[in-house]
Amino acid sequence: MELTTVWFALIAILWIGYFVLEGFDFGVGMLLPVLGRSEKERRVLINTIGPVWDGNEVWLLVAGGATFAAFPEWYATLFSGFYLPLLLILLALIVRGLAFEYRAKREDDTWRARWDAAIFIGSLLPALLWGVAFANIVHGVPIDANKEYVGGFFNLLSPYAIAGGLTTLLLFLTHGAVFISLKTDGPIRKEARKLGLRLGVAAAAVTVVFLTWTQIDTGSVSSAIAFVAAALALVGGLAALVAGREGWAFLGTFVAIALGVAGLFLALFPDVMPTTLANGLSLTTTNAAATPYTLKIMTVVAVIFTPLVLLYQGWTYWVFRQRIAVHHIPDPTAADSTGPVHVP
Amino acid sequence: MDLDPLDIARWQFAIVTVYHFWFVPITIGLTAIVAGYETAWVRSGNTKWLRLTRFFGKLLLINFAIGVVTGIVQEFQFGMNWSDYSRFVGDVFGAPLAIEGLLAFFLESTFLGLWIFGWDRLSPRLHVACMWTVHVGTLLSAYFILAANSWMQHPVGFAFNPDTGRAELNDFAAVMFNKVQLVTFPHTVLAAYMTAGAFVVGVAFWQMVRGAKNDDDRSMYRGAVRTGAVIVLFSGLGVALSGDVQGKVMTEVQPMKMAAAEALYDTEKSADFSLLTIGTLDGSAEKFAIKLPGMLSFLATGNTNSEVVGINELREQYTKTYGQDPGQAYYSAGDYTPVIPLTYWTFRMMIGLGLAAAAAAGWILWATRRSRTPQGRLILWAAITLPFTPILANSAGWIFTEMGRQPWAVFGLMTTEQAVSPGVSATEMLISLIALTSVYAVLAVVEVRLLLTYIRRGADEVTDANLPSDDEHDPDRPLAFAY
Repeated sequence: MELTTVWFALIAILWIGYFVLEGFDFGVGMLLPVLGRSEKERRVLINTIGPVWDGNEVWLLVAGGATFAAFPEWYATLFSGFYLPLLLILLALIVRGLAFEYRAKREDDTWRARWDAAIFIGSLLPALLWGVAFANIVHGVPIDANKEYVGGFFNLLSPYAIAGGLTTLLLFLTHGAVFISLKTDGPIRKEARKLGLRLGVAAAAVTVVFLTWTQIDTGSVSSAIAFVAAALALVGGLAALVAGREGWAFLGTFVAIALGVAGLFLALFPDVMPTTLANGLSLTTTNAAATPYTLKIMTVVAVIFTPLVLLYQGWTYWVFRQRIAVHHIPDPTAADSTGPVHVP
Repeated sequence: MDLDPLDIARWQFAIVTVYHFWFVPITIGLTAIVAGYETAWVRSGNTKWLRLTRFFGKLLLINFAIGVVTGIVQEFQFGMNWSDYSRFVGDVFGAPLAIEGLLAFFLESTFLGLWIFGWDRLSPRLHVACMWTVHVGTLLSAYFILAANSWMQHPVGFAFNPDTGRAELNDFAAVMFNKVQLVTFPHTVLAAYMTAGAFVVGVAFWQMVRGAKNDDDRSMYRGAVRTGAVIVLFSGLGVALSGDVQGKVMTEVQPMKMAAAEALYDTEKSADFSLLTIGTLDGSAEKFAIKLPGMLSFLATGNTNSEVVGINELREQYTKTYGQDPGQAYYSAGDYTPVIPLTYWTFRMMIGLGLAAAAAAGWILWATRRSRTPQGRLILWAAITLPFTPILANSAGWIFTEMGRQPWAVFGLMTTEQAVSPGVSATEMLISLIALTSVYAVLAVVEVRLLLTYIRRGADEVTDANLPSDDEHDPDRPLAFAY
């Protein structure tokens, strides 16, 4: 296989990693005002993702960095072209990240309410905008012969792109609700299960519409297979949720998102950013790529270190596997200090 | 007024990068210091080290968070505002960035999460190992990003490909072991240790004389003051030595930058180094100056008698090598000449503030000898202002090194003017600049107030409630730490 194809696949994997992981922590953030009625309930929700959200977000940084290294033209056209949506995403991620760290640092209702709003909006905007962005990438945007995006901001908000945004939004909400049902105990767990089912049905409907639309628009045989498998995984996940099997349900939404994103990349291949202009230039895995030498070095690094990352990140999830309930949350006075520790 | 996207993009890069780098050095150094305190606790069982670990750990987290979120902008703004730069250098510059993410960011974020929430889940040895791992992550991160920057200062290991119109990597090791990188990395990391050491001194000194409730507290904070001061002194010495080597390397690879550091217009033998100069704004005529004879020659070459080439001669040389300055329409300063007053004064700020920090740390170390608690107002002010001096010195150093390279973005290859995104409008860039600057300003206020709150509160007591629990397998036990 060509190294450019390998890197196209690796970048797809990085985005998949980002969406399946940060997808549920976006979902938790968006469900904060819905499922977290009391302060302690809100803290239960936040603490389900507390130790892991930052590691999840690194998948985005690595996806960005890897695109820069492996497909510099793609990185340049994409991020200068989708300028304002990307700026919104960055601002959202900034306030959201700080909110997790800072909200418990002061005992003040206004302070916490503000950070809660930051978590909600900071999760909602990227969950919506990443879908919009990916729909645009797959469908194609006006790119001129100099590889510059020339479409402006509102061109990015086509009905198809909005459908993409709603798909990621609803999928992440469902994924988050299922994750909460898996990671909490008590009334929240039950409510999350109920809500996850309702959200899941809506997500399934929108997802089927969006994926069918994509398949008709730019699909290939392989993308069709991935999309069908994604839909089945989602339905299977929801069935598991009905049966009260939260672990299987989470696996279902996890695999559904992974295969859905994989399908988008398969529909995209061998383009990385197709143009909609007759005299424009589509960016492809070959004309946007770095040199074989750079790709070779990057491949060696990726082959050695990606498994290592998966190993220790997986270990974190194992260490913090315990379900959290309201009685696990320490009192506010102790919130900013450290509780019992092991002694040497 | 006609707004030039290039101006806005440059202001944004300067603002978000300088801002980001207020927090990064504290993170790099403080992860090591906190890990050191925790190691002392694990080894000795003395709870004063545990209290310091928790106290400075909390301050570290407040600081770390803002470094992390502002780092996201750093990763993406090359593509957003500098797309032609990204196209031109991506094959070389992208690799260290991607590797930084894969090797360093995952390590830092994952193991910091384990450290924050893992007090009751991990054995003490494993727990402290997590913080050391975070520290290793910060060092790896620094190495790769500085390798990328060093390539902009002194491009190596590549060939220009006229077919693709870009710089293409052909020797990765040359980029990783660029001679500029080999001296920039120690210089920057030691400056980070210095910054964090100064932070610890400032915080602990205030607690020692104002906050401590009893002699035990005072002695605990004195321990922190003294460890911090020793770190400032030793790393300060390293910063000076590495900076000296860096000056010589820079004289070789970017002579214009070092001539601009002294505003030396005419080539001189045994060139002097001025401590301050009052002259015309473009620095070409001086009215009054205090000078160290031969010092510039020494800084540039290691010999007080050697010749240092001046700006005027370098202009001719550069024009001969690179042709007409492609940036001259943009830079009023003239062919290949950076903004001299800026390079001149930031260079002096960097050195002066660094020396001031070391002097203050030396004084504080002396004044706290044999369990003394100095009560003077002056020394208290010296301690409180100490954390800010290395931070400002870091900023000055980066402004000097980046502005001194102008008009180049990549030295000798691409000017800053050629690097900017051609497809992004001035309006879009202005929206971005205003949005980021306002958010950053608010966050700075929030962050500093939060830090001050926690600094004033001081180190928590270690009580039965938060020290060992026998029922560690009780599934209903509250979390050791929760957001």
